[in-house]
This record gives sequence, structure tokens and C-alpha cells, in this order.
Amino acid sequence: MSAEFLQFLLAGLTAGAIYALVALGFTIIYNASHVINFAQGEFVMIGGMATVSLAAAGLPLPAAIAAAVLAAAAVGLALEKFAVEPARGAPVVTLIIITIGASILLRGLATLVWDKKIHALKPFSGDAPIRIGGATLAPQSLWVLGVTLVIVLVLAWFFNRTLLGKALLATSHNRLAAQLVGINVRRVLLVSFGLSAALGAIAGILTAPITFTSWDVGIMLGLKGFAAAILGGLGSGPGAIVGGLALGIVEAMGAGYVSSAYKDAIAFVVLLAVLFFLPGGLLGRGGAERV
Amino acid sequence: MLKGLAVAASALAFAAGAAFAQEPIRIGSFLAVTGPAAFLGDPEQKTLELYVEKLNAAGGVLGRKIQLTVYDSAGDAEKARAFAKRLIEQDKVDVIVGGSTTGETMAVVPLVEQAGIPFISLAGAVVIVEPVKKWVFKTPHSDRQACERIFVDMKARGLTKIALISGAGGFDKSMRAQCMQVAKNHGIEIVADESYGAGDTDMTAQLTKIRSAPGVQAVLNCGFGQGPAIVTKNYRQLGITLPLYQSHGVASKEFIKLAGGAAEGIRLPAAAILAPETLPDGDPQKKVLLAYKREFEGRFKQDVSTFGGHAYDGLMLAVEAIRRAGSTNKEAVRSALESIRGFVGIDGIFNFSPTDHVGLDVSGLRIFEVRNGNWTVVK
Repeated sequence: MSAEFLQFLLAGLTAGAIYALVALGFTIIYNASHVINFAQGEFVMIGGMATVSLAAAGLPLPAAIAAAVLAAAAVGLALEKFAVEPARGAPVVTLIIITIGASILLRGLATLVWDKKIHALKPFSGDAPIRIGGATLAPQSLWVLGVTLVIVLVLAWFFNRTLLGKALLATSHNRLAAQLVGINVRRVLLVSFGLSAALGAIAGILTAPITFTSWDVGIMLGLKGFAAAILGGLGSGPGAIVGGLALGIVEAMGAGYVSSAYKDAIAFVVLLAVLFFLPGGLLGRGGAERV
Repeated sequence: MLKGLAVAASALAFAAGAAFAQEPIRIGSFLAVTGPAAFLGDPEQKTLELYVEKLNAAGGVLGRKIQLTVYDSAGDAEKARAFAKRLIEQDKVDVIVGGSTTGETMAVVPLVEQAGIPFISLAGAVVIVEPVKKWVFKTPHSDRQACERIFVDMKARGLTKIALISGAGGFDKSMRAQCMQVAKNHGIEIVADESYGAGDTDMTAQLTKIRSAPGVQAVLNCGFGQGPAIVTKNYRQLGITLPLYQSHGVASKEFIKLAGGAAEGIRLPAAAILAPETLPDGDPQKKVLLAYKREFEGRFKQDVSTFGGHAYDGLMLAVEAIRRAGSTNKEAVRSALESIRGFVGIDGIFNFSPTDHVGLDVSGLRIFEVRNGNWTVVK
């Protein structure tokens, strides 16, 4: 029984780490602008697909990965500059709809730049399974968990110790006050989009050897990442991570112990149940509007 | 004067006959060239175009050129129906060879039955020809036949307690239902039945449950697309050594590319076009298969697939029926189709009859195994 439990747990943690990275992307942009960027899933897709095509073109894997992350960041910056910034004064709902439109555009462009086929990436360090107490783990899962941990630590340092990171945090707390103390809020928005895009791309690249990638992986991953962000408390960085891991584990346990056919339904039902009792999510504070 | 009249009359008849002989044979098609079933429709369209060109270059059929009209239904049943209507009413085609997916085919069946036009479908599910419909024929083996072929092989290897794992798509569900229905006839007992969702990326939970099912000896995965590739990778990761069977839906090199080394030793049923070089030399299909493979790959520089083979069979059967009927009269062509026996196609050897509109038996399906990263026929 416990070997089975460990197997489900490991599967859940691996998927959860990916959801956590996507959820972090949602959170960073939400903090900077109160916009929920529904194109976040497409950054994941761009990271994976770009790496596959660059590696196939002959680039060594590390170079392909770096180039893909930069490409995704560039798309994120372009999205902010050309779609979000011009509509700056519009209500938040309008901006959200703009990001939905952008996600559809990016998916369409992906089928033109690449194709509609499913693509695999070579696992970073082979695929000989590692045995841990009766369960097995693919080496790629260790990459996923390890890199996610490193990213979380780097982001914690970035937000708490660097000026730019503190500026992002300040803008999320109170945009007007941040402007008044001289923070270039427009640049903060640009950086947050670029950063979220890079995070999404990294998630896509890490998971491509395990889950394959194609032009439409962004839809489901974006949705699950968004659900994870809500579960952990929208606007809370640690919440995104907790929410992502929790969602992944609930999914795996649901598939293992309840029913594999209703795996997705179980995860979303749990999400709804949490929100009924904790509307702000697991780690979030309820939002308050000053009248 | 009478002689002049006779000359004029015969000249008129000759002119009319010549004009009639120039009337092209119109073959219509609707295929899922783009969209989620593009791996079906794209090789099908290429095959139809290639062979219509070849037939016309050799003088056409009955001295008439073939005019091919292909519409892209993108795997959408509504679009398929609209295009079929257009083919019948506006383009006034003589025969329809198309319908990449079961959903699209079934949407068009009422139209062709009402219009009375022969329709050769390229889709898989058994419901297309069961119960037999007057004007509807099909070329690929049905999913039920695939199940039966797999069970025959399992029984021969002494594997009688099996587990099923299937996806959520129409093909997956249909094949799973068919397999459950015919299992008892072959002495196979299904001891576990798991499923996964359309976009799922990790099936270790389902496979872990299957591994602990009592007495399980083999696993059958009913699905196509990326699901089976992930199932295969997870299977090896978990270290499960039981034989794994896949469906004919993943009978392509793409699957081996996706699943990588994990695909070694996997078996599935497929038409022999998957690896015709590995057939024994006396095999009746070998010549036709090698010719098709050479011509398709030479022209399009992409791997030949079983799906393009369905289109080849559909076209050649239609042409054969028109030749036998001596005209494009729809009822004559339909009866001619029903009378075709011993026709060596890509999918197998066809023997149609008024009660059998698929004409294939299980022998056209061979069992393939992945050896050294390639498909090899084993039976």
C-alpha cells in the first residue's frame, strides 16, 4: 500500500511543480497589474516547442533552452507593449479579454511557425527509472523538482533583496504610492510580463520530455496553473507554490484511489470546496476595497 | 437523300458519343486534412491526388478522365455533412470516397442513402457497415476486427487475463466497448479497466493500479495520439514487464519517435503496409504494398502510413467497380462493388457481398512488434 502511495505522491509532486511554476507566472502579473493573463499557458507552449525545433536544427540542448526562454520572454514583452499597455486605462475585464485574444493568436501563430504534431524532447539525463522505496521516479522528475526549488529560491532573493524586485512588490501593494515614490510603474509591468513568460517557458521545457509538447498544450496547463494560483490565493507567491503542489497531489491521489476517469473533475471539485470555505484561497487574504 | 440522312444521323450519334466520352468521371471526397485528425486526412488526400493523376496519365477509366474534388472537413461532422451535400447537389459527383473519421462518416450516411450515391468510407468503427446500408461501404478494418486480431495473438501466447487502459476519445471508447464485447469469444478475461483523460500527461496512477490487479498477464491500450506514447513511457518507468499491446491507431513511425526506447517489444495489429519489406516473398499483398510505398514516399518525401492505404483502396475499388459496371450509373456501380471478390488492396484482400460491405477478414491485419526501433511483422 505504501509503495503505491509513494508512487502517487511522486507523480503528484512532479505535476504539481509544473503547475506551481505556471501559477507563479499568473501571480506575478496579477500583482503588478491586477490582470489575469490568460496567455500564460502559451508561454509554456512556446518554451517547449521552441526548444524542440532549435534542438532539431542542431543547437546543443543548453543553448536551445536558453534561446527558447529568451524567445518566450520576448513574446511576453511584446504582449505587454502592444496589447496591454495601449489599453492601460481600460477596465480590468477588458484587459483580461485582450489576453484571451492574445492566447488564441499565439496558438494560431504556433501552428504556422511549427506544426500541429506532437513533439518529444530528449530527457536531460536519460530515462532509466530511479527506485525509491518500492516506487519509481523518472530522472526528468528530479530535474523538474530541483529546478523548481532553485527558481523559488532565486525569486525569493529577487523580490526581497534586489531593488527591481522590491519595486515589483511595492507596485503590487499600492500602485499609486509606488508611482509617488518614483517607481517606473510601466517598466515594472514590462518586467513582470517578461519574467512570467520566462517562468512559463522553463516549466514547458522541463515537462516536455515527460509530457510531450504541441501547439495546444497551453490550454490545459494554463487552466490548471490558474486553478492552482486561485487555490493558493491569487496574489500570493508562496500561495502559488502551495496551490500548485496541492493541485498536483490531489489529482494524483484522486486518480489512484478514487477513479482515474474523473481525475480532472476531482481536482476542480476540491478547488471549489476550498473556495467555498476559504474564498481567498489557502494562503491568500480576502481582498478589500477602500471606498 | 436517305444515305445523306443516315450519314448525318451517324455523324450526330458519333459526335454525341464522343462528347459523352469526354464527360469526366467525377469522384468527390471530404477528408480531415487539417485539424485533430490531420494525420488521417493528409496522407489520404495526397494518395487520392497521386493516383488520380496516375490513372489519368494512363488514359483514364473507360476512356474518360477522372475529376477529383476534395473538401477539407477538418474532422468536424457538421462540415463533413455540408461538404457532402455540396458534392452531391452542386458538383454532381458519381462516387464519394472519403470520411476520414467515424463521426464525419456517420453524419453523411443519411445523405448518401437518400441521394442513392455509392460512398466508400475510410473510417474505422464497425457501426458504419453494421447494420449493412445499401450505399455505404468502407475500406479499413473495423475496431472490432482489431480487437479480435489482438485476442487471437494473446490466446496463442497463453495470455488470458488482461487489463484495459483507454482514453476518452470516440475511437478509444468505441474500441474499448468492442473489445469488452468480443473478449469472451476468444477466452480472454478482462481483470482491470482503467481510463485517462484527453490531455492527461501522467498515467502512472492508472498503471500502478493495473499492476496490482490479481492475475493480470498483459495490458491492452485502446487509444491514439499522445496518450498511448505516455502510457508506454510510464509503463517502462514503472518497470512493468508484462506484454503491452497498442491499437492500430498508433501504427506509425511517429509513435516510435515519441515513445522512444520504451516502445521496444510493443505489439499491435495493423495492415501490412506498416513494414512491407518484412513480409515473406510469397505473400499475395507484397507487390502492391511495395509499389504503393515506393510511389508515395518518392513523391511526397514522407513516410507511408496505413491511413493513406485506406484511401488507395477506396479509390481503386471505386475505379474497379466503374470498370465492371461499364458506366457511372450509380446503381450499376453499387452492384459492381458488391460483386468484387479477391481484390488485392493495401488493407487486405477484399471480398464484398450484399451482406458484407467491408469485405475484409481478420487475416489482412498482421501483428507487428517494435524491434530495434522499427516495426517488424511477426505473424
